[in-house]
Amino acid sequence: MDITRRGFLHLSGAVGSGIALSTLGINLKPTRAYADELNKMNRVKAAKQVTTICCYCSVGCGLVCSVDKMTGKIFNIEGDADHPINEGSLCAKGAGFFDLTEANKHRLTKVLYRAPMSDKWEEKDWDWTLKRIARLVKDTRDAGFVKTNAKGEVVNRCETIGHLGSSNVDNEECWLMSVKCRALGLVYIDHQARV
Amino acid sequence: MTNHYCDIKNSDCILIMGSNAAEHHPIAFKWILRARELNGAKIIHVDPRYTRTSARCDYHVPLRSGTDIAFLGGMIHYIIENNKYFKDYVVNYTNAPFIVGPDFNFQDGLFSGYDPEKRKYNKDTWVLEKDDAGIPKRDMTLSDPRCVFQMLKAHYSRYTLDKVSSITGVSKENLLKVYSEYSATGVPDKAGTECYALGWTHHTVGSQNIRTMAIIQLLLGNMGIAGGGINALRGEPNVQGSTDHCILYGNLPGYLKMHVASLDTLEKYLHKYTPESKDPQSANYYSNYPKFHVSFLKSMFDDKATAENEFGYPWLPKLDDGVAYSLMHLFDKMYEGKVKGLFSVANDPAVSSPNAGKVRKALEKLDWLVGENIFNNETYEFWRGPGVDPKKIKTEVFLLPASATMEKEGSQSNSGRWVQWKYKAAEAPGDAIPVGEMTLKIMDAVKELYAKEGGVHPEPILNLKWDYTDSKGRFDALKVSKQINGYFLQDTVIEDKAKGTTTTFKKGQLVPTFGNLQADGSTSSGNWIMAGSFTADGENKMMKRGKEDPTGLGLFPNWSFAWPVNRRVIYNRASCDIYGKPYNPKRKLLEWVGDKWVGDVPDGPWPPMADKEKGKYPFIMKTDGVGALFGPGMVEGPFPEHYEPLEGPLTKNPMSSQLINPAIEIFKGELDKVANASEKYPYVCTTYSCTEHWCSGALTRWQAWLLEAMPELYIEIGDLLAKEKGIQNGQRVKVSSIRGSVECVAMVTKRFTPFQVEGKTVHQVGLPFNYGWLFPKDGGDSTNLLTPTVGDANTFCPEYKAFMVNVERA
Ligand code: SF4
Ligand code: SF4
Repeated sequence: MDITRRGFLHLSGAVGSGIALSTLGINLKPTRAYADELNKMNRVKAAKQVTTICCYCSVGCGLVCSVDKMTGKIFNIEGDADHPINEGSLCAKGAGFFDLTEANKHRLTKVLYRAPMSDKWEEKDWDWTLKRIARLVKDTRDAGFVKTNAKGEVVNRCETIGHLGSSNVDNEECWLMSVKCRALGLVYIDHQARV
Repeated sequence: MTNHYCDIKNSDCILIMGSNAAEHHPIAFKWILRARELNGAKIIHVDPRYTRTSARCDYHVPLRSGTDIAFLGGMIHYIIENNKYFKDYVVNYTNAPFIVGPDFNFQDGLFSGYDPEKRKYNKDTWVLEKDDAGIPKRDMTLSDPRCVFQMLKAHYSRYTLDKVSSITGVSKENLLKVYSEYSATGVPDKAGTECYALGWTHHTVGSQNIRTMAIIQLLLGNMGIAGGGINALRGEPNVQGSTDHCILYGNLPGYLKMHVASLDTLEKYLHKYTPESKDPQSANYYSNYPKFHVSFLKSMFDDKATAENEFGYPWLPKLDDGVAYSLMHLFDKMYEGKVKGLFSVANDPAVSSPNAGKVRKALEKLDWLVGENIFNNETYEFWRGPGVDPKKIKTEVFLLPASATMEKEGSQSNSGRWVQWKYKAAEAPGDAIPVGEMTLKIMDAVKELYAKEGGVHPEPILNLKWDYTDSKGRFDALKVSKQINGYFLQDTVIEDKAKGTTTTFKKGQLVPTFGNLQADGSTSSGNWIMAGSFTADGENKMMKRGKEDPTGLGLFPNWSFAWPVNRRVIYNRASCDIYGKPYNPKRKLLEWVGDKWVGDVPDGPWPPMADKEKGKYPFIMKTDGVGALFGPGMVEGPFPEHYEPLEGPLTKNPMSSQLINPAIEIFKGELDKVANASEKYPYVCTTYSCTEHWCSGALTRWQAWLLEAMPELYIEIGDLLAKEKGIQNGQRVKVSSIRGSVECVAMVTKRFTPFQVEGKTVHQVGLPFNYGWLFPKDGGDSTNLLTPTVGDANTFCPEYKAFMVNVERA
């Protein structure tokens, strides 16, 4: 049995102390020094380890988020040593991943709305926002819908609404957007893959 | 990528052209360096600028932006003249022996069939001859003057060393060095690979840049092998996935063609896009097109889609034939006031779009804008951008707070087609929710309005299957990913004639491979290339974390899922000879043993092509079954040809009378100005990124660690030019094109050296594209205020990598 760093964190987190590990028949000598080091890292040891994938370039490096079990908050993110591509290493952007969490005070946390001619944002709730967006989508679509083109061919499309994005969200989200656009009849559909 | 990241270690020679891998894909570069450690691989960097990539390569060869086809055309010439091509591969696995139709010709930069008014070709003469049985004619000796090989040879005989050197600004010695080094991989036991990025796509000839390299890789037998292929180091985390799901005007998920006006029935549509081959040895896999397409319609409309209503085909929008609806077209129409509403999801087009000044003006004409993101950006706040008076802007703007990537579950596809599952580590802050949840909720609200009030053409909205939430009403990524994979919609018996087996699947089971999809509505699949990401019983292969590597080639077949059907290197049957024996026994990707393939998941189960009865050619997705040296699918010609960028330093193309790509669309709006070979804008300019920022910087500029490392916009300017202009390192300068200007810091450097082009000295400069006015406040504005509205003729990828500017002290 190979013990990788991540595997070790898992194990030690699960059983609580290094003593129990010996019952697994593992030679602990090489890891004992490491375990001592870990004793200083109680937070990491006790943390839930959750894997994710980097959200910048397309190499797809793996990362491990350490989540405090009491608060549910991420307190550390680092390269996934078990990942076959990055083998634990990350570039500057991946290494800075923690700054994407809520610890970054620039994160958007409320729906913001800017009224026509206004010079500022105001906060709104989801309920009002979804209703207002749906209203605008429907009115714009119904008013501008094109049933036939100049040649008289049936086209059933909406040219007055555009949709841009995104290659920075998950596959399931991409598929939903792709399908949503088609159901609405949009044709101006594009995203970062082209630019 | 035809291959994948770990596979680069198997290469003997890596040509990095159109990429600065060390800085923009640092972890990919690790695999490039590993090839050197393991195999003593040569690493070559061809790029206008000396970068950290150049520093770690065996040699760096600077070339003028926008002249890659000339450079590579010269390599094709060299390979053929010096007999460096891999004959067995070329004869058997490419269309080199095929005979080109008698009316096809090429004269002075134009192929037959050009219509200068429409700037388009009629491709009727771009054909390969067939015999009476409808099978392509071949001359296996490659000597017929009309065979593809001889036509290719004649076409590139014009790309002499002198000519290429004069166009590209690369010395003849450097040309020869690269040509001989790279073409040494045209033998059975050597692999050469090419790594490119936006440096190749961001040109008016972007697709043909890549195709020229594909021709070289076919000539050298480098496609379908370990350590070979053409490998796009793509820039966005899920750009492979977003492209696969085709959030793009011209395609439906899985690269199915978008419906067009002239094809008014499903039958006509399927007929047009289902290719036919009379050659019994061609697998012609796209003959299954109707199965993929009907299964997609079923995924959208479920039991509302029936054979009687053409599975909902009439409900979906149709494009006008031959008309493009890309980002540039969208902003063009928006500028004319014809677009009223815009969704801008996890992007920042006011910074990232070409001719950003026009884009920002266009946004002012919107009635409403919906932004979805984790941070604010220049697009969402265009109404108070530089020089904009909010009181005059009518647009209603919504900025919806999104969950960050580690705050949601779902899958992401890397450039090597590995679809990896991500888990949710924490709740998103405040009211933030995943983009998927916003999409569901917005569409739910729209559906509700149509159900209540009726409206125009409501069928596709009301009939859309849209039940992708969990018991708490939240976005359920797993449900969506199963829908993408696809289901059996009724009990189905699948017969495998070759194996003599039958398998029964129950209604509601997942489709374990796209080979099981049906065209009669009995299966669904939201994206056929993802069919097989689950087993029939629901095991999610994207979650797999097995590290086994049975071939030793780093395929990692049990790590995540790779489309198609977990194949790690596509076209892999071409790694073996016609009897199924690996060309390179040291890197055995696949081998025909007894009656089956062993190794990677093969490109189809059929025997190798020497078996005249059951054997198939290796390039199963091509109608003819072979790699296309002659490629009539491209809009500007079957053989790539050098044309100058829309804006460049020359008034005449040294290769022909066609200065620019004859098939590009010219935008003619009032803000679409162009200044070719102008004294006012004498310097070639290119744009790029840096390690610390990502794309428009819309995520990274908000992060203190990254911003501190790369705080503001700068221009790299060669020391000779700087001296000429009296510009010192660190001084502020104004960079302008005919479309706009930016102010930034001058970085005087030796990394840019002037080129000798057609007897004159041409200077090139470059700027990163990572900055915008909103944040940081004094970081400089978007480099795209300078770039032109023009794109590649096939794809409409903007020409960000070659245009003309002036630089003055600010
Ligand atoms: S850590 Fe760097 S190299 Fe790896 S995926 Fe992220 S951006 Fe790309
Ligand atoms: S500065 Fe960077 S390279 Fe040096 S020890 Fe720290 S993390 Fe490692």
